[in-house]
Amino acid sequence: MRHLLSAKDLSRETAIEIMDTAEGMSEVAGRSVPRLPALRGKTVVSLFYEDSTRTRTSFELAAKMLSADVLTFSAKGSSVSKGESLKDTAQTLAAMGADAVVVRHAASGAPKLLADSGWIDAGVVNAGDGTHEHPTQALLDAFSIRRRIRSGDSTGTALDGVKVLIVGDILHSRVARSNIWLLNTLGAQVSLAAPATLLPRGIEHWPVKIHFDLDRALEEKPDAVMMLRIQSERMHAAYFPNPREYSRFWGLNDERLHGLSDDTLIMHPGPMNRGLEISAAAADSSRSTVREQVANGVSIRMAVLYLMLSGARRESQ
Amino acid sequence: MTRLLFRGATLSSGERTDILVSEGRILELGTGLNDAKAELVDTNGLLALTGLVDLHTHLREPGFEQSETVLSGSRAAAVGGYTVIHAMANTSPVADTAGVVEQVHSLGVEAGLVEVRPVGAVTAGLAGEALAEIGAMARSRAKVRVFSDDGRCVFNSQLMRRALEYVKSFDGVIAQHAQDPNLTEGAQMNEGALNSELGLAGWPAAAEEAIIARDVLLAGESGARLHVCHVSTAGSVDLLRWAKARGILVTAEATPHHLLLTEETARGYDSRFKVNPPLRTSEDVAALREGLRDGTIDAIATDHAPHPLESKETEWQAAAFGMVGLESALSVVHAAMVETGEFGWTQLEAVMSTQPAGIGRVEGHPLRIAAGEPAEIVFYDPEARSEFEASRLRGKSSNSPFFGMTLPGKVVATVHRGRLTVKDGEVVEPSDSKAENGMVTNG
Ligand SMILES: [Zn+2]
Repeated sequence: MRHLLSAKDLSRETAIEIMDTAEGMSEVAGRSVPRLPALRGKTVVSLFYEDSTRTRTSFELAAKMLSADVLTFSAKGSSVSKGESLKDTAQTLAAMGADAVVVRHAASGAPKLLADSGWIDAGVVNAGDGTHEHPTQALLDAFSIRRRIRSGDSTGTALDGVKVLIVGDILHSRVARSNIWLLNTLGAQVSLAAPATLLPRGIEHWPVKIHFDLDRALEEKPDAVMMLRIQSERMHAAYFPNPREYSRFWGLNDERLHGLSDDTLIMHPGPMNRGLEISAAAADSSRSTVREQVANGVSIRMAVLYLMLSGARRESQ
Repeated sequence: MTRLLFRGATLSSGERTDILVSEGRILELGTGLNDAKAELVDTNGLLALTGLVDLHTHLREPGFEQSETVLSGSRAAAVGGYTVIHAMANTSPVADTAGVVEQVHSLGVEAGLVEVRPVGAVTAGLAGEALAEIGAMARSRAKVRVFSDDGRCVFNSQLMRRALEYVKSFDGVIAQHAQDPNLTEGAQMNEGALNSELGLAGWPAAAEEAIIARDVLLAGESGARLHVCHVSTAGSVDLLRWAKARGILVTAEATPHHLLLTEETARGYDSRFKVNPPLRTSEDVAALREGLRDGTIDAIATDHAPHPLESKETEWQAAAFGMVGLESALSVVHAAMVETGEFGWTQLEAVMSTQPAGIGRVEGHPLRIAAGEPAEIVFYDPEARSEFEASRLRGKSSNSPFFGMTLPGKVVATVHRGRLTVKDGEVVEPSDSKAENGMVTNG
């Protein structure tokens, strides 16, 4: 794997290989010295143009557990925030000898630009770009589903026949996009439930089933329900009348929680708006994978960095 | 003034003829012409068309001279086969007073390569609030006839209606950039399945079509002339067809890029393909071609929009909208319309030269290549074929979407006011040609 730019471009084989590798990595985390020497001497740069402590620390922890050197280039206080172009930053990172760049950017396509531009030779991992994709989030979600559903050894398996319902702001969600593509690649059936204002145009051409009624969607007994965060800036832009109505129509409240079968997984990419898209009881229930999603995130990111950097050395080096 | 004898060209009608030019006019057509005093130019195998006229050029001067100047844009136009270009008003200061349009006009005269006709702003400062000095610009030395807030839409319906009515008195035309600003806030590319996948905010077809629908109704009521800039959707073509059938005085232009490229080019996030209005779907491209073929669309306009490298060498969302197009226009229309069999050279000549000249009320532009007409001619090699490269550009900026594409044809020579402004594909500056003329006389 040269870069990880989108879940859409991941093959089934590669996705399974990443999850299987993550399975091995998760054992490392349990050791007394949770560290592998696999990426000793490699430099991983985390380049975050948007604040996201969760994703950034997850990647940095993953890199450190593989003994890589980690350089943090956070947007705040660096030349990045002073209007330095992506090109100049990339050339600086190239000069520092970066082997991999983990990039989070508000502009869709920025990681691809970095990978295609020739400004830098490093592998590029997309850690979330605009409203485009967030492939490691989708990988960790699929990994979390696989671990829960396939109790025992899940190695080598995909998600064939698994039913996943994604609820909420699909329009602005890179997590939803990555999940839709990856889950499909892995054989799962994806349904969406959202008001039409929060569904992207052309969604009818995507491999998904669409519901405009959450309760109807839940009647189809999904194996996993993924609740998406409603961002505060959507509240006043006429996507829906008000948060109360949103919560009543589209939130996973206690009543809907009780209607779920016992083995339905409840997922949320975080951070959660408790009481809006998800009730406290739903978030904290034993069916919720929210907490293990964090640990799984580190394992998946270890696997991605490992597969990207430990392979055959690139010709140019 | 030089006499020029072009030996053996083919007119758009297919007729083969020599063309004798003198004193800025076409003196004589016919085969086997001879003139001892004329400079002989071999144009065998070349197509002779009336000089191209662009209704939509961004020259960037005054204010953004790092992107383009009147001189550099004139060079780009001349090598593209143009003899007349219309310089859009979104400069700094905005071309909303007689002073600015006269300045741009004089810079064009000084450059001496094409006729530069300034477009006046419709509203002061392009702010969409009050009318600009439309009458003063019309009566100035620049004789402005085309008014546009291009880059922005005249969104206020009452103001648009008044503007249409006001320009009627001197046979002017309002050229509308049809874009509902509310529907396109933050828009990055065509709205459809692809923008959703790429995570780039969509620019819906309805944002263009809603404005065109409103404007043709306003033009119909006022009996004034409306011109629609850079039509980009199939729905817009339908609306225009409807309006024309009702006798509304509306004309429309399409750009070369909207005739050849689709939204699929956005996949690589290469911002050379970022333009406003955005590249659309292949169905839209087919509808534009059909509209051009059946006369619903009257003109090709380049929307030549130069930008410095740093405005394009960046994330898609941060990149500027627009592409340069003067140097590639004829080849692109050749590829999109003639090679595909949509239409022939007479229709190409109409939509790239005589019809836009009529819309802009350009004086001194020939109706056809015939004795007595002004000598505004482009000589084009239709058999040439090459990969379009940066070396073909003569403007200051290089944001062309066509690099690497194999395109047909090449402009070999351009004649403006009876003078060769382009010879063997290279610009001939007025000063060079004086020197040359001197040598001819001495010889
Ligand atoms: Zn425009």
